[in-house]
Amino acid sequence: MLKQIEGSRAVAECVAMCRPNVISAYPITPQTHIVEDLAMIVGQGKLDAEFINVESEFAAASVVLGASAAGARAYSATSSQGLLLMCEVIYCIAGMRLPIVLTCANRAISAPLSIWNDQQDSMAMRDAGWIQLHAEDNQEASDLHIQAFKIAEQTSLPVMVCMDGFILTHAYEPVDIPEPKQVDDFLPPFLPKNIVDPRSPKGIGLFADPRFYLETRYILHRAMEKSEETIKEVSADFAKTFGRNSGGFIKTYKLEDADLVIVSMGSVVGTIKELIDRMEEEGKKVGLVQICSYRPFPRHEIYNVLKDKMNIVVLEKSISLGRGGILASDVRWSFPRAEKKDRNISSFIAGLGGRNIPMDDLRYMVEKVEKEPVELEFLGLKNELISEKDL
Amino acid sequence: MEQSAEELNKIEKKDLFTSGHRACGGCGQALAARLVADASGENTIACVATGCLEVFSSPYPDPSWRIPFLHSLFENAAAVASGVEAAYKALNKGPVNIIAQGGDGSTADIGFQCMSGMFERGHNVLYVCYDNEAYMNTGVQRSSFTPLGARTSTTPMGNKTRKKNMPLLAADHGIPYVATATVDDFRDLQRKVKTALSIEGPKYIHILAPCPLGWGHHGELSVQICRLAKDTGIFPIYEIVDGKVTNVLKIPVKVPVEEYLKLQGRFKHLFKKGQPTPEVAEIQEIANQNIARFNL
Ligand SMILES: Cc1ncc(C[n+]2csc(CCOP(=O)(O)OP(=O)(O)O)c2C)c(N)n1
Ligand code: SF4
Ligand SMILES: [Mg+2]
Repeated sequence: MLKQIEGSRAVAECVAMCRPNVISAYPITPQTHIVEDLAMIVGQGKLDAEFINVESEFAAASVVLGASAAGARAYSATSSQGLLLMCEVIYCIAGMRLPIVLTCANRAISAPLSIWNDQQDSMAMRDAGWIQLHAEDNQEASDLHIQAFKIAEQTSLPVMVCMDGFILTHAYEPVDIPEPKQVDDFLPPFLPKNIVDPRSPKGIGLFADPRFYLETRYILHRAMEKSEETIKEVSADFAKTFGRNSGGFIKTYKLEDADLVIVSMGSVVGTIKELIDRMEEEGKKVGLVQICSYRPFPRHEIYNVLKDKMNIVVLEKSISLGRGGILASDVRWSFPRAEKKDRNISSFIAGLGGRNIPMDDLRYMVEKVEKEPVELEFLGLKNELISEKDL
Repeated sequence: MEQSAEELNKIEKKDLFTSGHRACGGCGQALAARLVADASGENTIACVATGCLEVFSSPYPDPSWRIPFLHSLFENAAAVASGVEAAYKALNKGPVNIIAQGGDGSTADIGFQCMSGMFERGHNVLYVCYDNEAYMNTGVQRSSFTPLGARTSTTPMGNKTRKKNMPLLAADHGIPYVATATVDDFRDLQRKVKTALSIEGPKYIHILAPCPLGWGHHGELSVQICRLAKDTGIFPIYEIVDGKVTNVLKIPVKVPVEEYLKLQGRFKHLFKKGQPTPEVAEIQEIANQNIARFNL
């Protein structure tokens, strides 16, 4: 049913339809509305689940870890400092192959404190062994959660659904919320593979000496790579059941005869598409590659769709300080070395700490890379706020 | 579940925590973990924190546990156990005994917050602390349970602070059952585990578990050291049921703390040419305060 609804509410309703048994979270802006809505849904008896109010995000992640290891479908949500506080547990959940689903309402990281959106928080967890799916809008954010449980449980890998804080979480948009019955048909009950159970006692979380550890990482890496198939299957299956495309690995827009391609992820792709349409009217051919699955990284897809494109610009809301664009280096790495020579892959950082990304800035970016490649540039930088002595 | 006095006082030997683990000889914690597992029985899930116990008992592929064992991190055993309990409730499974366990460091320092949260939320979980008064697994560094005067690798001149009083802090959460125990008295320790598991809600048992390596005593002396810890008043034995201190173990003949201290290398520097330094009197004062407070 099409509803005019806040993004957080839409996500909460979709999560509830996935019937998690245990939910645990700790409040942090801009994640709060999602868990408040879920608390209400549980409180009103519309979802039969244990909702555990904990004393920290670290505990929230640990509670869902324990719940999942005991056979429950488990869910959490957080942002920014909360995700960073969870970090140790985040790695542990992946290493233990627990199919937990977590929403990251993307927000900047302190210091300085900022409650506003960028994607540095989920980026900080990119190496942990979690599948990371990025939503473009609230329809996709909602749909991705339904897919996430299925992907997680089929692959025994945790899934983080990333949605831009405020821009999506607090935006009212029309969202098609499925019927519970449709979700039940799409998502079978959770059949846990490896649980603590006195009827068949086994150890979970044993320590591995150097004879064994390396293989556990290899297996996890391969499982992450292999999850590509599952992500694609589940999104195809979703399209069949629900009648719309959501998620998947990558999506493209007006790519075919584009002279210049923007690569990005998250809600900013909406503005990018608008720019592309306008520029098309002006006779310029710009295309888009939108990354939906950031981990596993769609390296081969990117290569396949961009192998004939010589001018590429990566726009992202995160940075590896002292190195540069994170997504940009992932994209650069997607092309075999020999092919890179005359291909320009420019890197722009934008929107950090909630800085608006106006269409004009994007236009400036496109026009600049039309002329020359850009190693690294911060879009919309206010030079008057920067003094040489601080550098 | 009501148990008869006879059942409560029976010593259980079920080999649910098997030998062949890698603990040092005379390790109080290894003994305690076995007594706890055997008292709890097969229908138990152990959520263990990182530390000596976890390391010596759970190497892949041959752990010592014959009950389900779940280890995640150093500081989250109580939160993980909360999650296990929540799952059992949500899935209508059980009843099952859920025991979070860890060393003094994981309990009272880095894991204090998770444990406090578990108590406050009222989970039906027993928390067992194996107190060996330092971070043994990483090489005997000071914890907030390290007693006054004790030498550790990070208090090479002797610890300057008093031990945190965890049982009373646990009881102040308003949980229904708290007990202290030592590993020399199997019957008492197992009775307390069984009693705790018969009570709904969060429970806390604090077990003094001598560590020959960290305390600097011969493994054979672990039992004697436990007895002296009790007879000097250094480690009072009691239960707190619904907030009331009961079953205090009376000391038959009070022993000066020197007898306890002298057996352990970590206190050796407190005696110069056989003569006690002023810190010994301070430690005696702590014991006297315990004796007065609990009417030992
Ligand atoms: C976050 C974190 N910090 C530090 C450590 C290192 N570490 C592992 S066990 C341990 C000490 C354990 O002390 P305690 O809980 O008293 O148990 P014991 O080994 O003494 O039985 C430490 C410091 C860790 N594993 N994780
Ligand atoms: S170091 Fe101490 S606690 Fe650790 S195994 Fe040895 S005796 Fe036991
Ligand atoms: Mg210790």
